[in-house]
Amino acid sequence: MDLTDKELEEIAYLARINIHEDKMQSLKNELEAILNLFKVLNDANTTDVEPMSHPANVFQPLRKDEVTETDEREALQEPAPLTKSGLFLVPQVIDEES
Amino acid sequence: MELHKLSLKEQLQGLRELSFSSQDLTSNYLNRIKKIDPKINSFITVLEEDAMHQAEIADKRYKSGNPLKLDGIPIAQKDIFCTKGVLTTCGSKMLHSFKSPYSSTVSEKIEKMGLVSLGKTNMDEFAMGSSNETSYFGKVNNPWNLECVPGGSSGGSASCVAAGLASAATATDTGGSIRQPASLCGMTGIKPTYGRVSRFGMIAFASSLDQGGVIARSAEDAAILLQAISGYDPKDSTSLDVSQEGIGENLESKFKGLKIGLPKEFFEKDLPDYLIKSLKEAQKVFINLGAEFVDVSLPNINLSLPVYYIVAPAECSANLSRYDGVRYGYRCENPKDLEDLYMRTREEGFGDEVKRRILIGTYVLSAGYYDAYYLKAQKCRQLIANDFNKVFSEVDLIMSPSTPDTAFKKGEKLKDPTEMYLQDIFTIPANLAGLPAISVPCGFEKGLPLGMQLIGKSLDENLLLKVAHQFQGITKWHEERPELK
Repeated sequence: MDLTDKELEEIAYLARINIHEDKMQSLKNELEAILNLFKVLNDANTTDVEPMSHPANVFQPLRKDEVTETDEREALQEPAPLTKSGLFLVPQVIDEES
Repeated sequence: MELHKLSLKEQLQGLRELSFSSQDLTSNYLNRIKKIDPKINSFITVLEEDAMHQAEIADKRYKSGNPLKLDGIPIAQKDIFCTKGVLTTCGSKMLHSFKSPYSSTVSEKIEKMGLVSLGKTNMDEFAMGSSNETSYFGKVNNPWNLECVPGGSSGGSASCVAAGLASAATATDTGGSIRQPASLCGMTGIKPTYGRVSRFGMIAFASSLDQGGVIARSAEDAAILLQAISGYDPKDSTSLDVSQEGIGENLESKFKGLKIGLPKEFFEKDLPDYLIKSLKEAQKVFINLGAEFVDVSLPNINLSLPVYYIVAPAECSANLSRYDGVRYGYRCENPKDLEDLYMRTREEGFGDEVKRRILIGTYVLSAGYYDAYYLKAQKCRQLIANDFNKVFSEVDLIMSPSTPDTAFKKGEKLKDPTEMYLQDIFTIPANLAGLPAISVPCGFEKGLPLGMQLIGKSLDENLLLKVAHQFQGITKWHEERPELK
C-alpha cells in the first residue's frame, strides 16, 4: 500500500497535526507498514454481514431531563491555558475593520 | 512483619483485627516507593500527604468500629482515571500539567470504599503501546529484569504491584493493556466484560473497546478490587445495568463439567517450547480440578489484529480531536493564528505513536476509504464476535497464552510499530467481542514470568476468577516475587 506525499499531507491537515519535513519519509514508511496489515481483510467474505459498531448492541439510554450539575464555569476553565473574563482566549479569528 | 508481602485479603483482615493500622501499611508502601520506584519508574505522581491523611481517617473508622468496606487498603490508580484536583496526565505531554476538575466514577468508588490512593501510575501515552516506552514521563522497567519492558499500556500498574509498592492497582485494557503487562510482570490482571466498569472520567482512547479493570497479585485480590469498582453508572451511556452480585463470591466452590476450549488457531502460531510446556502443565492442573479440554476453532481470529488497527485508531482520531490547546492541556508558544495553534499544539503535545494512530484513524475514516477500511473492519469484527458466540455454545472458557513470549528488552520493538502490535495478538479478540478475560501467571523462563489467558462468556467474570483462584490454590507461580533491593 503506497501513500503519496500529497495524501499524507491531506490526512495530517484533516487531523490538524503539523508534520516536520524531516519526518515525512519515515512517517510515510511506518504508516504504509500499518496499512499493509489491512490487506488480509480483503479475503474475508462479509456478504450479508452487518457491521458491528459496538460490543453491547443495546439501545442508547436517555437520562431524565433534570439539572444534576449547576454552573461550574470557573472550575472547568481552571485547567485552560488562557482565559479572560470567563472566556477561552484564542488567536484573533475575525479581521479588524479597517 | 513485612506488610507488603501480605495479600490484599490478609491486609484487610489484619486491619479489621487491629493487628496493624492503615497508617502502618500506607507508610510502609510509601517508604518502599521512595526506595524502589526510582529503579522502575512506575509512578507519575505519588500522593504522600493525601495517602497518609486518608489512612489516618480509615484508622479512626476502624477504632470506632465503623470501617468502610475496603477501608485503609493502599492501592495505586492508573493515570488515565481523572482524579479531582490531582494531576491526571495519561502519560502525555499534552496533559502534563492537567489537574482534573472532576473525578472518574472508578476513582469515586475507590474513595467511597475507603481505599487509600498512593498515587497515579505510569503508562504508555494515551494507553497506546505495549511496552510502556511511549510515556512522556519516561520508560517503566520490569521489576523482574530492569533491562526489560513491563508491557503496556498499564505497565506502571503492573510493575508497581509486582514490586510490592501497592496492594493492587486499577488499570485499563483496550487491546490487552491489562493482561499483557500483568503477564510480563507475573501478576493477575482481569479485563471485565465491556460495560461492567464505568468509563466516566476514564480518558478515552477507543470508546467501543476501552474497559477498566484491575491488576493484583492473585485472582482473589483481583476479585475484591474488581467488585469495588464495578457497577452501573448513569453517567456512562454504555454502562451495563446488571447486578454486580457474585463477583468474588464462592471462589472455592467446585466446578462440575467445566469445558475449556483450546482454539487451534492460537496454537498454530510459532510459540516457544517453554510457553507451550507451561500451558500443558496448566491444563493438567485444570484436569485435576475436574475440567475437560475441547479443541475448538475461531476461523476468523486472524482478522483480529487488522480489525483492531482500523477500529481503534478510527475511534482514537475522533476522541483525541478534543486536544486543541484551547480548553485544557498543552498549548504551543506564540501561535500566529488559530490553525497554527491547533497544528503545532498537536504536533508538539502528542508523541510519535499517538500521532501515527491518529493519522491512520483519520485515513480510514476519510472520504473514499471509509467503506474499504472502516466499514469492512466493522463487518469483520462481527465475524470474530460470531466465532466466539459459536464456540461459547460448546465450552465455558477459552484458554490461550496471554502473550507470544516473556518480557522483551527495552528498545527491541520500537523501530517497527507493527512488530510491537503483535504483542497483543492473543488479547485483542476479547476486546473486539467485549468479552471478559483474565491473565494468570503460569510459569517462568530465565527468570521472567509467563502468563496464560482465560476468556469467558459475557458477564461471566466470576467463573474466570473462580477458575483462576483454584488454579492458584495448586500452583504457586503467583506467589513468586522479584528481588528488588
